[in-house]
Amino acid sequence: MKTFGGPVLFLDRSDINTDEIIPAKYLTEVTKDALGPHLLEDLKLSGFDPKGDSLKKGLVVVSRANFGCGSSREHAPWAFEVNGITVVVAESFARIFRQNMFNCGMLAIELPKADVDSLFSSCDKASTICDIDFPQKTLIFSWGNGTSRSVAFKLALFDEALVKAGGWVEFADTKY
Amino acid sequence: MGKTITEKIFDAHVKDEPFPGTKVLALDVVMCHEITTPMAIADLVTRGKDRVFDPTKIKAVIDHVTPPKDSKSATQAKMLRDWASRHGIKDFFDIGQNGVCHALFPEKGFIRPGYTVVMGDSHTCTHGAFGAFAAGVGTTDLEVGILKGVCAFRLPKTIKINVTGAMPKGVFAKDVILEIIRVLTVNGATDWVVEFHGDVITAMSMDERMTVCNMAIEAGGTSGVCMPDSQTVDFLWPFIKDQYKNDKAAALVDFRKWHSDGDAVYEKQVTIDVSGLEPLSTVDYKPDQVKKIRELSHVKVDQIYIGSCTNGRLSDLRIAAAIIKGTTLAKGVRGIVSPATPKVFEDAMKEGIIKIFMDAGYCVTNPTCGACLGMSNGVLAEGEVCASTTNRNFYGRMGKGGMVHLMSPASAAASGIAGRLADPREYMKGRI
Repeated sequence: MKTFGGPVLFLDRSDINTDEIIPAKYLTEVTKDALGPHLLEDLKLSGFDPKGDSLKKGLVVVSRANFGCGSSREHAPWAFEVNGITVVVAESFARIFRQNMFNCGMLAIELPKADVDSLFSSCDKASTICDIDFPQKTLIFSWGNGTSRSVAFKLALFDEALVKAGGWVEFADTKY
Repeated sequence: MGKTITEKIFDAHVKDEPFPGTKVLALDVVMCHEITTPMAIADLVTRGKDRVFDPTKIKAVIDHVTPPKDSKSATQAKMLRDWASRHGIKDFFDIGQNGVCHALFPEKGFIRPGYTVVMGDSHTCTHGAFGAFAAGVGTTDLEVGILKGVCAFRLPKTIKINVTGAMPKGVFAKDVILEIIRVLTVNGATDWVVEFHGDVITAMSMDERMTVCNMAIEAGGTSGVCMPDSQTVDFLWPFIKDQYKNDKAAALVDFRKWHSDGDAVYEKQVTIDVSGLEPLSTVDYKPDQVKKIRELSHVKVDQIYIGSCTNGRLSDLRIAAAIIKGTTLAKGVRGIVSPATPKVFEDAMKEGIIKIFMDAGYCVTNPTCGACLGMSNGVLAEGEVCASTTNRNFYGRMGKGGMVHLMSPASAAASGIAGRLADPREYMKGRI
């Protein structure tokens, strides 16, 4: 199983598409590592700096609705993975992106809008850490001022099995 | 309780249900292109599992960047070519025979009603036009598809769209699907199959149905699907006439068994009356941001692009050429047309369509996906505007800082003449 959790990178917009996560011009790469420097390079989000500290430090992404819409490119989860980001928390996901995350043994966690809203309204976003208690299906958010908050999440049984197996190839190879 | 076409296809293909609600389906067709397949091939090689489940069920094409633009794209093409060769994949389409996957593979008769189809490409939903369950997947799903011939899905719910009314002049299949996406929004059909019904869909050609199903993903849909009918039989006839012993009626009966039952359960039903519809264009960076194109006549364009898996088929080129014939592109506007397959190119040549485009000042490229996703053959510069018959207007889609307006081939053709986004009805008089 992969390791999950760490500083949070907040992306405060709905409908962040896979072209923004990794532009098509990098799809000619044939290694995951080559995608690393270009993660979120074309993201249209005011105040976001793709070369900034928040992206460098972030290991968990928190975003809004319909995250990962558009192209089927698994290069999007891979670009996150090679940057150490193995968890995306959002109000909702596009189907293919969500499946790609679990197929890679990573986590695409859906939370109710109210929970996501409250995370975005936390006063000190820069210090937000998200730890994941996978067996208990709980996200533990903590902040620099010593406060913390637990949020339960749900996973489909199949998605959970993929995460435990390390991905769909591993799961399918033993079963089919 | 009746079943939808998707439920029937799932029932006929389920190999396993590892958890309630998760269906592992046997795949009839696994389609591959050179952008998302090489990483699957490389991973299979690394795992010591460089095998394919059935070379006759795998179809492969180099289409996204072709001919290669640089060493990296040449390497991707070579990886796919070498892999197809060493596994005896006969349906592999290289330079000279290659075309945009979602136009080429239907043209070759690879898709049949009731099939399960996956590809590492989100616009795989196009093939639902034939009454198949066709879904875009990522590279890992593709890899397992190649190796094991299976793919896992949650049984999708279905949204039924009834498209009714009389299609007004100047309004085409592209306008219909843009209107549907506007109504559904970009995630209005996430995890659902979008079933297209109604007189308007029934009257559509297979080309038009492919245009409609192609953009189901832009509303988040797992797939789009139309009920297979006599149009489907006619389109596929050269490939199936032996199977059905030259009996079209028998083929039709066989195809109809997939139809959604009258008492099938839908998550949602929406009726779209096209009678009052006008030619549309997207604005901004999401495909559900749609306006009447006549309200956008102030928008200057730098480039016209006619092509892609949405609108690069012969019927699309015919419509555009009818509007363009005898005109020239407005000053300062460049036009690119990319027939989606070699056959489309050849037929367009025979009909004189290619000459019409060239006389108007268009560049005619080989069949490729290139410009649609800003990879090659028509990338925009910062600040440039393109009137395009493609399917995505995301920020940076056709080139960083560019703006893409999605529209029908007729609207794109008219915009090329005007130099601004233009209502095709003004340019159609006596032509269509």
